[in-house]
Amino acid sequence: MTALVTENLVKRFGGVQATDNVSLTVEDGQLHAIIGPNGAGKSTLIGQIAGEIAPDSGHVALLGKDVTTLSVFARANLGLARTYQITQLAKEFTALDNVLMATNARASHNFSFWKNAHDDSDAVSHSLAALAKVGLLDAKNRTVAELAHGEQRQLEIAMALATGPKVLLLDEPLAGMSQGESAAMIALLKSLKGRYPILLVEHDMDAVFSLADRISVLVYGRIIASGTPEEIRNNVEVRAAYLGEEATA
Amino acid sequence: MKLLPTAIDWRAPRTIVAIVVIATFALLPVLVGDEGGFYVKFATRVLIYALAAIGLNFILGFGGMVSFGHAMYVMLGAYCVAIPAQHEITSGWAHIAIALAMTTVIAAGAGAVALRTTGIAFIMITLAFAQMLFFGAVSLKEYGGDDGLTLATRSNFALFDISSNAGLYYFAFVCVLVALYLSWRAVLSPFGLILRGSKANTRRALALGHPVFRYQLVAYVLSALACAVAGVLLANLTQFASPAYGAWTLSGELIVIVILGGLGTVFGPLVGAVLLLALEEVLPTLVEATLPDYKSNWMLLLGLFIFFIALALKRGVFGSLRGGKQ
Repeated sequence: MTALVTENLVKRFGGVQATDNVSLTVEDGQLHAIIGPNGAGKSTLIGQIAGEIAPDSGHVALLGKDVTTLSVFARANLGLARTYQITQLAKEFTALDNVLMATNARASHNFSFWKNAHDDSDAVSHSLAALAKVGLLDAKNRTVAELAHGEQRQLEIAMALATGPKVLLLDEPLAGMSQGESAAMIALLKSLKGRYPILLVEHDMDAVFSLADRISVLVYGRIIASGTPEEIRNNVEVRAAYLGEEATA
Repeated sequence: MKLLPTAIDWRAPRTIVAIVVIATFALLPVLVGDEGGFYVKFATRVLIYALAAIGLNFILGFGGMVSFGHAMYVMLGAYCVAIPAQHEITSGWAHIAIALAMTTVIAAGAGAVALRTTGIAFIMITLAFAQMLFFGAVSLKEYGGDDGLTLATRSNFALFDISSNAGLYYFAFVCVLVALYLSWRAVLSPFGLILRGSKANTRRALALGHPVFRYQLVAYVLSALACAVAGVLLANLTQFASPAYGAWTLSGELIVIVILGGLGTVFGPLVGAVLLLALEEVLPTLVEATLPDYKSNWMLLLGLFIFFIALALKRGVFGSLRGGKQ
């Protein structure tokens, strides 16, 4: 089944065409990367897929279901999990509590007022497993404020994984990372690849070309090329518009 | 530093203060003896304000919702005693049941509208609802209008006799203990975790799949219910209900109590209520004794005190103490 489809998405902000007829497909088990220069409309596109921004026209389908009019939390409950370019975490919470909040989203309609969230051994062990997956198990009792930037990025991924996602939407997971942190994150993304359909927005070209099954290039809100890393590397238009300097250097 | 302990540490300053405060309240009527009727009534008022503040703290401290209209639920609770009493319904359980039912309906409606907004708009809308209810009560001519309604007798709680001041005191004390326990449980439950998480980062909570609005609305209604019970008790203490109970100044006082005690601590509102009401009682007398010419300016001192607490102890008096295991 196709994990995620956008069909002719259009979004204008005043005179700016932030998303211009964007159609893309993330197949099951595929890692589809979106690259594009700053201001290409990547964040606007992600916002429309996640449900934070309503498109002017077009559709978004998740696992074969049209979700264009669904709210952010309804899409999340269908299995769409995301990370943010700028980390969005509960700062006063410990790493574990952040993940517990995500774990509790698995049964979001089950309002429980009574039981201590930490006494739910199922939820706690599920959360610890998510922390372990991203290598943050030792940091479980540290608050977000005490975590390094790279660890906060890893925590974002742990939270996305803890919701039991069917599709991952990763918005620049490598943003602002040191070289060492990047290497660890790329290894983590490699381990997720194939297990989840992933839509990855990323600036780091080396990472994108080593990870992606498919790459779409977004320029001024429009997809100017879509294909395998090899095809994108050799695409004349892409080289001119975007990869230019890097490719000739 | 973490805001909430996950388990009680019996040697932490917060625990010790909490135990001392609760023990003092438990023994107060015995300590002041038969001559201490004034103190018992005063302490009952403190407990009633604390109960309302515990309710407000549930959404203000843990949910980040600054309601500037919670006094309306106190007033509503008071009228749910006074109006039925006018019609010869004197059962306290009936009064509480009516208050809880009325409050659930009104809070669900007001909350559903107010929670469409956040920040300043939320403050203004909650204030607007409180003002509407305030003037609604003023317009109840057959129930005293502006002047309010007096109660011939206190509510009849069958097994719990509140006709004596000590009886009412202990009834209020038990209500506060129950509210403290319930809010402790709720805050640490998955519901509380998500409520606190939504306060810390609403965007993230939504992206995880939590219907934040529903959580906030449920919390808002629960918090209003605590205020309504406080209103039922207040009407019994003063044997009176009036629109003044829903005045915006009382809503403001509740916010001050919550912040003074320690925003987002379960026990803070009780400490805040003790401090604020004690100061309001002591300062006028103190100023009159020392500077008789300035006796009407005692609120200046109160303002200064709140100012310094806010400045020096950002997390309130109780909130600044070290908590339990983290």
